Amino acid sequence: MSREPTPTDTDDAPLVEAEALTFGYAAVPVVEDVDLRVERGEYVGIVGPNGSGKSTLLRLLLGLHEADSGSAELLGHPARAFAERERVGYVAQDVTEDEKRMPITVSEVVLMGRFPHAGFGRVTAADREHAREALRTVGIEHLADRKITALSGGQRQRTYIARALAGEAELLVLDEPTVGVDAESVDAFFDLLDGLVADGLTVLLVEHDIGAVIEHASRVVCLNREVYFDGDPTAFAESDALDRAYGTNVRREEGGIVT
Amino acid sequence: MTAPASPAVAAASVPLLSAPYDLLSWLVGLWSDALGWVGEKLGIAMLEYVFMHHAFLVGALIAVMAPLIGTFLVHRQLALIGDALAHTAFAGVAVGLFINSLLGTGISPYVTAIVVAVIAALAIELISETTDAYNDVSMAIVLSTGFALGAVLISLNTGGLAVGINQYLFGNLSTVSRENAVLLVVLFAVVALVVTVTYKQLLYVTFDETAARVAGVNVPWYNRLMTTLTALVVVGAMQIMGVILVAAMLVVPVAAAAQLARGFREALLASVVLAQIAVLVGITLSFRYNTTAGGTIVLVAVAVYVAAVLAGKAQSRRSGDEIPERADDAETPEHADGAETPEHADGAEIPERADDAETPEHADGAEQSTSD
Repeated sequence: MSREPTPTDTDDAPLVEAEALTFGYAAVPVVEDVDLRVERGEYVGIVGPNGSGKSTLLRLLLGLHEADSGSAELLGHPARAFAERERVGYVAQDVTEDEKRMPITVSEVVLMGRFPHAGFGRVTAADREHAREALRTVGIEHLADRKITALSGGQRQRTYIARALAGEAELLVLDEPTVGVDAESVDAFFDLLDGLVADGLTVLLVEHDIGAVIEHASRVVCLNREVYFDGDPTAFAESDALDRAYGTNVRREEGGIVT
Repeated sequence: MTAPASPAVAAASVPLLSAPYDLLSWLVGLWSDALGWVGEKLGIAMLEYVFMHHAFLVGALIAVMAPLIGTFLVHRQLALIGDALAHTAFAGVAVGLFINSLLGTGISPYVTAIVVAVIAALAIELISETTDAYNDVSMAIVLSTGFALGAVLISLNTGGLAVGINQYLFGNLSTVSRENAVLLVVLFAVVALVVTVTYKQLLYVTFDETAARVAGVNVPWYNRLMTTLTALVVVGAMQIMGVILVAAMLVVPVAAAAQLARGFREALLASVVLAQIAVLVGITLSFRYNTTAGGTIVLVAVAVYVAAVLAGKAQSRRSGDEIPERADDAETPEHADGAETPEHADGAEIPERADDAETPEHADGAEQSTSD
């Protein structure tokens, strides 16, 4: 693996910093008074019930929504400024299969990760090499010339990870990446993320699968409009934050948490 | 200017622009001479006519730029935009004819069509940006408004005008003048240049608008650019294709190419090749059997599409066993019994949702993965 964190003079600055972030679609706030800092090298998992505003929080941090109040900074810039975005990789829920029948190959998708670097210039041989390397890292090099719609959900999500890696992203933001992916591939997917974090990537993950977050992330943020818990996964599993955030429907069972 | 009967391009009468115009006009003349020579050597009767030289030039250029833009549009499910803009371009033609008859000027109706279509393109973008979605209804409103405006303006000038309108509605090979050919070369150059420079951004936006935004691409700006280019292409193609059928060139070859291609570049190339076939065969048949050019080209394009669908089916049957081993949807139910797979933890079993203001994308994700 050849990921090397790009040294910058802002090395110590948090990659994500939200202060008193509040946002609502109508009068009711969906995200209220959220403070969140993500430092370099962290693996932060955001969990919360459906409609808890966790994806909305992610969109605010990425600058896709304008906050009603409070501030959101990404890589030290206001999120809405969209500055230095080649340093951010983004993997969303897989929507390819239902609406997109677009002919495009895996390697073409991964090469998009280089586009912010290339700007209006040509895609160079070095860009293609980065893309190939990224495909190797996520282990789907052999699928490079496949049509993206011919892949399984798990393989497609690996493609999007590869796109982020091809762009040499320092921060990987994932919004429920495992929805619609079969259980076996989900395990492999989290193993892949673990490996990338070990190589120095910072990960911010929104995930409905609480068990996976507790098992893999280095820090858990439990959200239901407001932050109910922010800290160590073990402490989270032992706390009552889950019950408070989810209401009374959480059953605790031996070896895992089922909602 | 020794221009023949048809109205001169406005630009040509401006001194500053006359030098480039003369150059392009000379180039079109060269093309014409070359085709005439080829026709003479090979004994092809239809190449005796200068208007056919122009028709083939214009047709070939249309068959590059229409599928080029169409590929981006179709894969964003925006095929209807071409149709809407064609109908507003018709209003532009009517405006041009109206101004000419009112003031006795000689503005080419195609120039006013460009202006009106570009304004309409930006209006469509404005509507979609403020209502946060491209919707069929606003598109249908723009389409009908354009056509209605054109119809009313034309009926205001009764007299000779209504007679000439068929050429705009259905297209006409024999009216492609040297001025029109020059105008098309200019449109082609603009479209080709802009797409070449912004190819990466356009592709990113087409494939995944949200990811493109996250990556720092100014999506609204590229949407406006794309729609404006569509307006230019539609007006350019209108001369031969006619208002009613012009959108077909943006859609049909692209749909055919999507049946055959795996990659995006491949699809772009294939759509241009298929469009060239449709246009060249269509124009030839149209001349030979004296049929309307636009209709003939579209029928050939549709025949090409049907052939592509059949070829695509045969192709996927041959490579059918290559389909990925893990078609996850099929396997999920069997795996679901595993005690520690918390995959479908969320959603389904939580009766009260805190609030339903959550963004729609992930409302039912968990249910979906378990239900089938």
